[in-house]
Amino acid sequence: MRNFGDLTEADITPKSVYLNRRQILRAMGIAGAAVVGGKVLSNLVFPPATVNAGTKLNVALKSPFSTSEKMNTFDDVTHYNNFYEFGTDKGEPSRNAGKFRTSPWTVSVEGEVKKPAKCSMDDILKLAPLEERIYRHRCVEGWSIVVPWIGYSLNTILKLAEPTEKAKYVAFQSYYDRGQMPWGDHSGIDLPYVEGLRLDEAMNPLTLLCVGMYGESLPNQDGAPVRLVIPWKYGFKSIKSIVKIRLEKDQPATTWNIYAPREYGFYSNVNPNVDHPRWSQATERRLGELLRRKTLMFNGYADQVASLYNGMDLKKYY
Amino acid sequence: MREFLRQILTSKWSKVAIFLLALLPLAYLASRAYHGQLTANPVEFVQHFTGDWTLRFLLITLSITPLRKLLNLPDLIRFRRMLGLFAFLYVCLHFLTYIGPDQAFSLSGMWKDVAKRRYVTVGFTGFVLLIPLALTSTKAWIRRLGGKRWQALHRLIYVTALCGVIHYYWLVKSDHRIPLLYGAILAVLLLYRLAASLWKPRSAVGVAPPLKPSATS
Repeated sequence: MRNFGDLTEADITPKSVYLNRRQILRAMGIAGAAVVGGKVLSNLVFPPATVNAGTKLNVALKSPFSTSEKMNTFDDVTHYNNFYEFGTDKGEPSRNAGKFRTSPWTVSVEGEVKKPAKCSMDDILKLAPLEERIYRHRCVEGWSIVVPWIGYSLNTILKLAEPTEKAKYVAFQSYYDRGQMPWGDHSGIDLPYVEGLRLDEAMNPLTLLCVGMYGESLPNQDGAPVRLVIPWKYGFKSIKSIVKIRLEKDQPATTWNIYAPREYGFYSNVNPNVDHPRWSQATERRLGELLRRKTLMFNGYADQVASLYNGMDLKKYY
Repeated sequence: MREFLRQILTSKWSKVAIFLLALLPLAYLASRAYHGQLTANPVEFVQHFTGDWTLRFLLITLSITPLRKLLNLPDLIRFRRMLGLFAFLYVCLHFLTYIGPDQAFSLSGMWKDVAKRRYVTVGFTGFVLLIPLALTSTKAWIRRLGGKRWQALHRLIYVTALCGVIHYYWLVKSDHRIPLLYGAILAVLLLYRLAASLWKPRSAVGVAPPLKPSATS
C-alpha cells in the first residue's frame, strides 16, 4: 500500500503552507485587510471545496449490518446537528458550515503503529470498496435517527497501519481552526474535539470509517470529509471531520469526559439502565415520531458488541 | 410628551394592543407549524420555544415595577397582571409538551421524573408556584385578600423566575450563555427591589395595583 510508509511530509504540505501564509499576514499587523486578502488569495490558490460537498459516491456493497427500519430524511439529518465547532444550536451547523474547507484533507495515522501514514481523501476513498450501512444513531440527549451511512470498517485502515504490540487504544482528533470555526469559542468545551476507543472496539467491524451518507459524500455539517460512526455508543463518540488517528498504550482523554466526567464516560455505550445524571436514558425520541420509544441495550447491537464488555460493570464503566 | 405617553398608556386600546402583542409568539409558532417548519424535532422545538417565552414574560412582568419608577410611568401597572398571565399561558403550553409527548400523559411517570431529575423538580416547582398567582389574578381576589396580603402572595413570582432560570441552566449541556443572560437580567430586577426597599424602607415599593375603576375593566 503506497500510502502507508512511503508518503513523505512534502506530499501533504499545502495545508501548512496555507496556514503559514495566513499567520504571516496576520503578524504584519494588518489583520482586517489581511484576513480578507487571505481569503481571496486562498480561494484563488485552492478553489473552495466542492469535492466533498454532495459528490455521488460509488457504493459497491450493501451491508448485512443494515437495519430495515424507516430511514430519516436527508433534510432531517442535515438540519439537526450537534457540531459545536459550528454553533451549539442544532440548526446552526447547517447555516455555519457551508464554507468549511474540506479539501485538501489529510488524515494522519500514527502512534503505536509499524506503518504510520498521512492519507489524503483520495487515498481513503480507495482503500476499500464503499459500503452502505443503515444504522440507528442514538444521541446522549435522548433522540435518535436512522441514517444510511457510507464507508467501510475502521479496522481496514488500522490493519494497514499495523498496530504494535503496545497499542491498546485509539485516539481520534477533529480538525479545528478558530478562523473557520469561530463559534467554537462559545461551545463551552475544549477544542479540538478528541475521542477514543479501546482497540478491540475500534477493530469491531461495526465501527465505521464514514465518508458519506444518502449516496453522497458527507455534508459539512455532518462531519465532512471523514468521520466515525459507532452505532452502539452515544452519538458524541462518533467524532466528525477527523484529522488524526493515533494508536496509544493508555486510555486517551475524550472531550465530553474532560468537560463533565460524571456525565460522560469514556465508554458511553447506549444503555437504557444507566441514566445520565440529569436525565433518563430509558427512552428516546426517534425524530419524526411524537411519543418516546424504549432505548435498546447497545442501541440494538448487543449481538455484535456485548461480548466486548464481558465481566465489566457497565454502571461503573459508563 | 409625558402627557401623550400617559394618554396612550391609559387608553382602553393599549391593553388590547399589549394583549395582541403578547399573542404574537404563539401566532408565529402556529404559522411555523402550519408551514412545517418546526425543525426535525418538533416536540423539542415547541418545548424550547414555550419555555423561552415563559421566561421572557416572567422577566417582562418583573420589569414593570422598576420601569414605573425609573420612567415615572405609574400607569404601566395596568399591564402587569395580564403579562403575568401570559407567562402562565406559555408555561402551561410548555408543561403540556412535557406531560404529553414526553410522558405520554402518565402521571406516575411524571411524578417519578419530577422526584428524580433536579432540573425537572425545579422547573415543576416554578410552574406549580405560578398556579395560585394565576388563580388570584382577578380584581375580586385582590379585594378579598387585601392589597398587602395579595402582594405578599404574588412575590412568589420571584421564586418562579429563579426556578425557571435554574431549570434552564441545569438542562443545557455546555453553552450556558443564554441561561446566564436570563439569570443576569433577573438578578438586576431583583436587586433593584432589594436596593429600593433598603433605600426607602418606609415608602411603598411596588404597591399593589390600584383598584380605581378603569375604563377597560
